[in-house]
Amino acid sequence: MRTLVAPGRSRTGYAFALVITTIVVTVVFVLPLLWVVLSAMKPAAELARVPPTVLPLTWQPETYVEAWRLMDLGRYFLNTIVVAVGTWAVQLAVDVPAAYALSRLKPVLGKGILGMMLLTLMMPAAVLLVPTYLTVADLGLLNNPVALWLLGAANAFTVFLLKRFFDQLPVEVLEAAKIDGAGQLTLLWRVVLPLSRPILAVVSIFAVVAAWKDFIWPLLVFSDPARQTLSVALQRFAPDTPVNLMLAGLVLASAPVVGLFLVFQRHVLAGLTAGGVKG
Amino acid sequence: MRRRVAENLTAYGFLSAALLCFAVFSWYPIVRGVVLGFQQVDFVAAPTWVGWENFERLFADPLFAVAWRNTLLFTVLALVFGFAVPFLLAVVLNELRHFKAYFRLVVYLPVMLPPVVAALVWKWLYDPGPGLLNTALRGLGLDGPGWLDDTSTSMLSLVLVATWANLGTATLVYLAALQSIPGELYEAAELDGAGVLRRLWHVTVPQTRFVLLVLLLLQVVATMQVFTEPYVMTGGGPQDSTVTVLLLLYRYAFYYNDFGTASALSLLLLLVLGAFTALYLRVTRRADA
Repeated sequence: MRTLVAPGRSRTGYAFALVITTIVVTVVFVLPLLWVVLSAMKPAAELARVPPTVLPLTWQPETYVEAWRLMDLGRYFLNTIVVAVGTWAVQLAVDVPAAYALSRLKPVLGKGILGMMLLTLMMPAAVLLVPTYLTVADLGLLNNPVALWLLGAANAFTVFLLKRFFDQLPVEVLEAAKIDGAGQLTLLWRVVLPLSRPILAVVSIFAVVAAWKDFIWPLLVFSDPARQTLSVALQRFAPDTPVNLMLAGLVLASAPVVGLFLVFQRHVLAGLTAGGVKG
Repeated sequence: MRRRVAENLTAYGFLSAALLCFAVFSWYPIVRGVVLGFQQVDFVAAPTWVGWENFERLFADPLFAVAWRNTLLFTVLALVFGFAVPFLLAVVLNELRHFKAYFRLVVYLPVMLPPVVAALVWKWLYDPGPGLLNTALRGLGLDGPGWLDDTSTSMLSLVLVATWANLGTATLVYLAALQSIPGELYEAAELDGAGVLRRLWHVTVPQTRFVLLVLLLLQVVATMQVFTEPYVMTGGGPQDSTVTVLLLLYRYAFYYNDFGTASALSLLLLLVLGAFTALYLRVTRRADA
């Protein structure tokens, strides 16, 4: 495919550009992360050295175990998993039927409802911070993960992505199932969902990753330290924890999302351009 | 007729949970936010109507002007880096035929990190002593700046982190847009004697104008709400040089429990961002039509 620069014009020029870009991109995006993973295995004293060592002089991989134990990371992992998995499950349970109804059942006022949902995407999150917090408080949901689950379910972008996908499903398949006597619930469960695996994968990954990455809502909702998620807890520990342990904690806290990304990168990157511009 | 009623009932049954969630956690808070801006609210007494008092209190706060200036600085710097760099990076990556999967993966990797992790990692990389950045600069024989410790570089340092962490998204969206440009346009331009830079300006930029504009508007709206980086990395310091509007809002609401004044500040932010949002709506509407 022809692009900006004519191909094959200069082989050395291309090789040069390729090498430079590879080096720059690797140094900027990989090196800092690699540096953190390695530094976490240095003893605290070695970390304070100027100039720093590249590879640890004394390898202490047990820092990771120590960090897990000292910061009680098991608890915060569990809290984060409860938030992430709950947000995912509730979001799908609430938004899939809604999107299906808007797309296929076309109720009276359906367009208006979708418009009102999309309107919330236009509302800057900061503006809703205080009133939503007070609403959560009024409902007695402070320090309760259910608050984050329900907040995650009111996700207009998910509804929009799902609806757009359902709109494109072949009518014949749905009609055939209807003639066979399938009710709407059976239709959704047995016909639509199996056909919608790609979009469900995208929406699921986005929901889990967004919940794992979120900071401000868990910060507001969980004032009780025992309930906090990893992001909130690590940020609280940061000032009083030895650097090597802190770095190990940061690596451990990112490992699940980075792992998820490495496994499902196709879905993630496809989802990015599927809704990228609209988002 | 009866059939139509039944279908609507089914549809609203399917919609009920979503309607409830949106009503309680989106639509009601939008209305409530406006009302709160004119009320005095704390957890103890019932809210009372105070008119413009909250706004007057805000305008009297010396940090108010500082926060807006800092936020504006952050937004402008974030546009310079966060807008230009991913576009140029996408243009370069689009030319390369090797390691495509690697580039995509690596550029998007920081986007996956929890923002708190990115902030804490960079706080440490910025350390003027053993930090990676100044060590690298020293290796080149340069004297590194104080980064977060210095009022003249603190905001720039936050922008660099935010850009590093988020640029993968924009880069990949641009990359997708670049791939949809028909190659003949470049050929035609070249036959007309246009060099690489002129082709970039007269073919690449106009062909991706819509995506560029949409991401520009989205980025302004997002960066004006910056919170995590200043909250985690500097706490607003040194000498209030990184107090942003949202950090000030957070302080009013959750340090002073003055939810009314915090809401008044939210409304001012809405007023400013509303203009950009309206522009965004117009742009995307026209593209849909």
